[in-house]
Amino acid sequence: MSRKLRVLIGLLVAIAAVGFVLASPAVAKVEGDTIVFGAAVSFTGKYSTNGKHTKNGYDLAAKRLNEMGGVKVGNKTYKIKIKYYDDESTPARSGQLAERLIKQDKIKFILGPYGSGPTKGMAPITEKHKIPMIEGNGASRALFNKGYRYLFAVLSTSEQYLAESINVLAEEFKKDGRDPSTAKVAIAVENDPFSMDIRAGVIDDAKRWGMKIVIDDKLPKELTDMTATLTKVKALRPDALIVSGHSKGAALAVRQTAQMKVDVPMLAITHCEAADVIGKFGGNANYTLCATQWAPTMTYRDDWFGFAGDYAKRFEKEYGYVPPYQAAESTASVLVYVDALQRAGTFDTEKVRDAIAATKLETFYGWVDFDDTGKNIAKPMVLRQIQKGKYVPVAPSKFAAGNVIFPRPKWRDR
Amino acid sequence: MLSFRDPNGETAKPIKQPPALVIILGRALLFGMDNLLILFAAPIFALQLLIDGLLIGAIFALAAYGMALVWGVMKIINFAQGEFVILGGYMAFTFSKAGVHPFFSVPLATVSLYIVGWLLHRLVIFRIVEEDLFISILATFGISILMQQLMNQVFSADVQTLDSGLDTWFLFDGNVTVLQIKGVSFATALVLGACLAVFMKKTRLGQAIRATAQTPRAARIMGIDTDKVYCTTFALNAAICGACGALVLMTWVIQPFMGLAYTCRSFMIVIVAGIGNVAGVVLAGLGLGVAENFAGFILGAEFQAAFVFSLLVVILVWRNFTLRLKRRYLE
Repeated sequence: MSRKLRVLIGLLVAIAAVGFVLASPAVAKVEGDTIVFGAAVSFTGKYSTNGKHTKNGYDLAAKRLNEMGGVKVGNKTYKIKIKYYDDESTPARSGQLAERLIKQDKIKFILGPYGSGPTKGMAPITEKHKIPMIEGNGASRALFNKGYRYLFAVLSTSEQYLAESINVLAEEFKKDGRDPSTAKVAIAVENDPFSMDIRAGVIDDAKRWGMKIVIDDKLPKELTDMTATLTKVKALRPDALIVSGHSKGAALAVRQTAQMKVDVPMLAITHCEAADVIGKFGGNANYTLCATQWAPTMTYRDDWFGFAGDYAKRFEKEYGYVPPYQAAESTASVLVYVDALQRAGTFDTEKVRDAIAATKLETFYGWVDFDDTGKNIAKPMVLRQIQKGKYVPVAPSKFAAGNVIFPRPKWRDR
Repeated sequence: MLSFRDPNGETAKPIKQPPALVIILGRALLFGMDNLLILFAAPIFALQLLIDGLLIGAIFALAAYGMALVWGVMKIINFAQGEFVILGGYMAFTFSKAGVHPFFSVPLATVSLYIVGWLLHRLVIFRIVEEDLFISILATFGISILMQQLMNQVFSADVQTLDSGLDTWFLFDGNVTVLQIKGVSFATALVLGACLAVFMKKTRLGQAIRATAQTPRAARIMGIDTDKVYCTTFALNAAICGACGALVLMTWVIQPFMGLAYTCRSFMIVIVAGIGNVAGVVLAGLGLGVAENFAGFILGAEFQAAFVFSLLVVILVWRNFTLRLKRRYLE
C-alpha cells in the first residue's frame, strides 16, 4: 500500500469517526420541539404493498396532529416526526433496525412494522431496552403469550379473524331449524403463523358448537393452485369453506370456486380488499364473507379525525385510494401513543408505558383497551359479505347493515 | 419429550410422547385413508383429479422445456426460470391493460421475454458459459433475486390475474369441470413442444444447437458461432417461459415472489426426464401434475410438495439401481 493511500484511508476513518460522534446526539427522542417516533416498515419485499399502507397511515396521523397544533406533553407543545427504515420484509432485519433505532438514533418510542413476522423480530429488542412499541399490524397471538411488557397492539388478534363466521353458520342453521352440530366445516389455510392462528380460532368455535371439521388442509407458502382442495370440497360437501392465505389465498379461493363451480353454502376468507376481489372478479366475488379489522362505514369517532368515514375521506384525498384497514390501524397506533404521552405528561419511557397500559380511548378505528398481555380487547372483528359488488357488514349484529345471504346461490342459478 | 424438575432439584421421569413427526404423519395417513376411500366410492373425483393433473402438468412442462435446453446446451442450471415465467405473466398483464386481447398477449409476452433473455445473455450469461456449475448457479440465483425485487418495484407486490374470457366445460352432470383456458394451455404446451422438437431436428440453427451441446469445441472448429447459439438458446428459453407465464396469469394468479414454485418443478421435471429430451419433459410434466394433484387430495395440501420430492428421490434411487444392474451385465 502506498503511503498516499494509507494517509487517505486514515483521513477517511477520522472524518467518519468525527461525523459519527457529531451525528448521534442530533437525532434524539425529542429534537427541540419535535417528538421523533421510530418505525421499520417494509418498503421493499413481499410486504411492500401493505408496508406502504402502514407508512401512509402513520404519516397521515403525524400530518393531522401537526396541523392541529401538535401534542401537549407537560407544559410544552410538540410536533411529531417519524423516522423510517426499510425492513425488506424480513423479520431478522426488523430486529436489527429496532436495535439501530433505539441505540444509534436514541429513539424512545417505536411504532410497529407491518406483519406478524417482522413484529416478532422487533418485540424482543424493544423489550430488552424497555422501550414501548405500539403496533397495528402484527396479529399473531404468539406475540401475546410471551409476557412482553412493552408491546401493545390496537388490532384484534388473528384467531378472531374468521371465528365469527362459525357463529354466523350456527345461527343460520338454527334459523332453518337444523342442529348446528350437524354442520360440516372445511378449512384451508396457508402454513404460516398468522393463518394457523386463524385456523385455531375457527376450530375452537367449531368445537364449541360440536361441528365436524371435514377438511383441514394447510396450503403451502408457494401456493399456486387449490384444485386438489376444492375437489375435496366438491366431494365432501361441507357447509362452510374457510380460506386464509393473504392476498394470494383470497384471489385463488374466489377465482377457483367460480371456475370449478364449487357450490359451498358459505365461503369465508381474509384479505378481500388487499386482493381486490371485487375489482378483479366482479360478480364471481358475490356472497363471499370477508373478515375485516375496520371499515369506513363504522360509527366510531374521535376528536382528531371525526368518524371513520371522515378519516376515509381525508385519507383518500391525501393518497388517492380508499384506506384499507392496514392504514387505519397504523393511524390508530399513533393516536394511542399521543393520548398516552398527553396523559403521562413526561417522556419517561416507564411512565409512558404505564399510561399506554391504562389506555381507554375511542378512536375512529374503534375502542382501545389493552389487557395484561398488551392486546386490544375492546374492538371486535367484523364480517362483511359481498352483495351486488359492495361490502355489506353482516356480523356481529351490532355493526350489521344487512342480513347475511345463506346459503350462497348455486352457480347454475346465478 | 417433556421433562419436569421437582423442587428437590431431581429430574422427574420424562413423560414420553411420540415425536412430532410421527404425530403429523399419523394424522396425514388417517386423513389420507378417508380421502382414499372417497376416491374409491366416487371415482368421478379421481377423474377430475386426473384431468386437472394432466392439464396442470402441461403448464409445468412448458416451463421446463427451456430449462432442459439451457442445461443441455450451455451446462447452466437456470435458477431464474420461475422469475422468467412470472415476468412473462406481468408482460401479458401489461399488454392486456393497454388494450390487447388476452390471447394476443401470449405471443407478445413470448417476444418480449425473448428480448429479455437476449439482453441477459449479452450482459451476464455469456460470462458464465463453460464456467464451473457453481458459478452459474450463483449467477442465475442472483438474477432471480434481482428480478423478484425489480418486479416488486415496478408491478408492486399485489396479486394479479387476468380473465381469459373463456368458460368452463361441464362433464358428468357438473361433477367434472374442465377450464377451457387449461385446455388452451395444454394444447399450447403440446404444440410448442412439437415445434421445438422439429426445430431442433430440421433447421440449421437447431442442428447447430445440438452440435454445440455435444462438443462446443468441435462445433466451433466446424464454423458454428457458438456464442450466437448460446445466446439464441437462452433467449429461446426465456421466450417459452414468457408464453408459460401468460397462461399462468390467465389460469391462476401471479405475484413477484411466486417464481420459486416453477423453478423447483422445472428442475424436478428435467432431472426425471433427462436433458435435451422434449418428449420426456412432456411426460414427466404430466406425471408430476397428476402426482401432485392426487397427493394434495389424499394427503392434504401440506404434503403435496413433500410427496412429489420424495417421489423424486425414489425415482433417482431406482434409476441408480437399474443402471448398476446394467453395469453388472456389462462386466
